[in-house]
Amino acid sequence: MKAVRKKRLQTVLLILATSALGSFFIIRALDSNLDFFYTPSEIFLEEIPENKRIKIGGMVLENSVIREKTKISFIVSDFQGSINVEFDGIVPDLFKEGSGVVVLGYLKDKTIIAEEVLAKHDENYMPPSIDIEK
Amino acid sequence: MFQVNRAYPYIFYLSLITYLLSIFWGLFLTPEDFVQGNSYRIIYLHVPASFISQSLYLAMAIASAVYLIWKVKLSVYLVRSIAPIGAVTTFIALISGSIWGIPTWGTWWVWDARIVSTLILFIMYLGLISLHDSFNNNEKADKFLSILVLVGSVNIPIIKMSVEWWSTLHQPASITLSEKPAIDLVMLYPLFGSIIGFTGLITCLVILSSKLQIIKREKNKSWVKDYV
Repeated sequence: MKAVRKKRLQTVLLILATSALGSFFIIRALDSNLDFFYTPSEIFLEEIPENKRIKIGGMVLENSVIREKTKISFIVSDFQGSINVEFDGIVPDLFKEGSGVVVLGYLKDKTIIAEEVLAKHDENYMPPSIDIEK
Repeated sequence: MFQVNRAYPYIFYLSLITYLLSIFWGLFLTPEDFVQGNSYRIIYLHVPASFISQSLYLAMAIASAVYLIWKVKLSVYLVRSIAPIGAVTTFIALISGSIWGIPTWGTWWVWDARIVSTLILFIMYLGLISLHDSFNNNEKADKFLSILVLVGSVNIPIIKMSVEWWSTLHQPASITLSEKPAIDLVMLYPLFGSIIGFTGLITCLVILSSKLQIIKREKNKSWVKDYV
C-alpha cells in the first residue's frame, strides 16, 4: 500500500474511532440521566418523588387483574418484587395476565397511578395450534 | 456498466417474483399468530425494510472508506445514489412499525432506544443528501459526505444492539445467527423470501440510481454524450 493511502486509511480509522468514542460517552451520559426505568424490585430501593414520571416494566401477575367499570388494577412483578398499578383507561389488546407490560405513571402510596399502559411483545411468533400442543 | 445492464433484468424479475410470491404466502397462506392474530403479518414489510435500511448504510460506509482511501470516484457516486433509497426504506420501517405498534403495544410511538436510533438513521440520510447538495464544489461535497457517512456509521451497531443494551419496548431479534429462530418455520420461510426479494428489488433501484448519478456527474464527458 502506498504511503499516502496508508495515511488516508489511518485517517478513516481515526474518524471511526473518534465517533465511536464520542457516542459511547454520550450514551453513558444519557444512561445516568434518562434512566427512569425501574423494575418492581428496584422501585422501593430508591426515593422517588411523587411528581416524577417513571416507567416500570415487568410481568402482569396471574389472577391480579381487577376491573371495575373503566378502572383496572393489577400487580406488576419481576419475580423478585411486585407493585400495584391502578389505571383508568383502555389497555392494549395484548395486555393479559402473565405477559409483559410497561407502565408509565407516578408513584403514590406504594402504588403506581398509571397514565399509560403498554403491552410488550416478545420475540416469539407461532401459530395457535402449536401453542396448544406445548 | 455493460455487465450490469445484462444482469439487471434477471435480478429484477427474479426478485419481483420472489417478493410477490412471499408476500402472498405471508399474507394469505400462513396461520395467525397465537397472541397477535393477523396484525403480525406486517413483519413481511417491516423486517425487510429495516434490514435494508441498515444494510444500505453499511454499504455507504464501506463505499465512503474506499473513496477516502483510494479516491475511487465511482464509490462516492454510489454513496450519493444510495442515500435517498436508504431514507425511503427507513421511512417504511418507521411507518410500518408505528402501524403495528397501535394494536400491539397500545401506542404508535414511544421514545424507545430502537425506535429513536432508527429515527436518527432516517434524519441522517436526509442530512447527508442535503449536505451533499448544498455544496457548489463537487469534490468538497464528496469529501464531506464520505467523512460524515463514516462518522454516522456508529449508529448502525447502536441500532442493532439497542434491544440488548437497554430495556426497550421493542422486542429483541427473532432471527439471530447463533440461535434457533424464535419465529415458527411456517412464518419464517415467507419472511426469508420477502427479505431476499426486497433486497433484490432495492439492488435494482440502487443500480438505476447510480447510473443516473454517473451520468449527472460525468455529463461533460464525450462518452456520456454518445450514450445519451
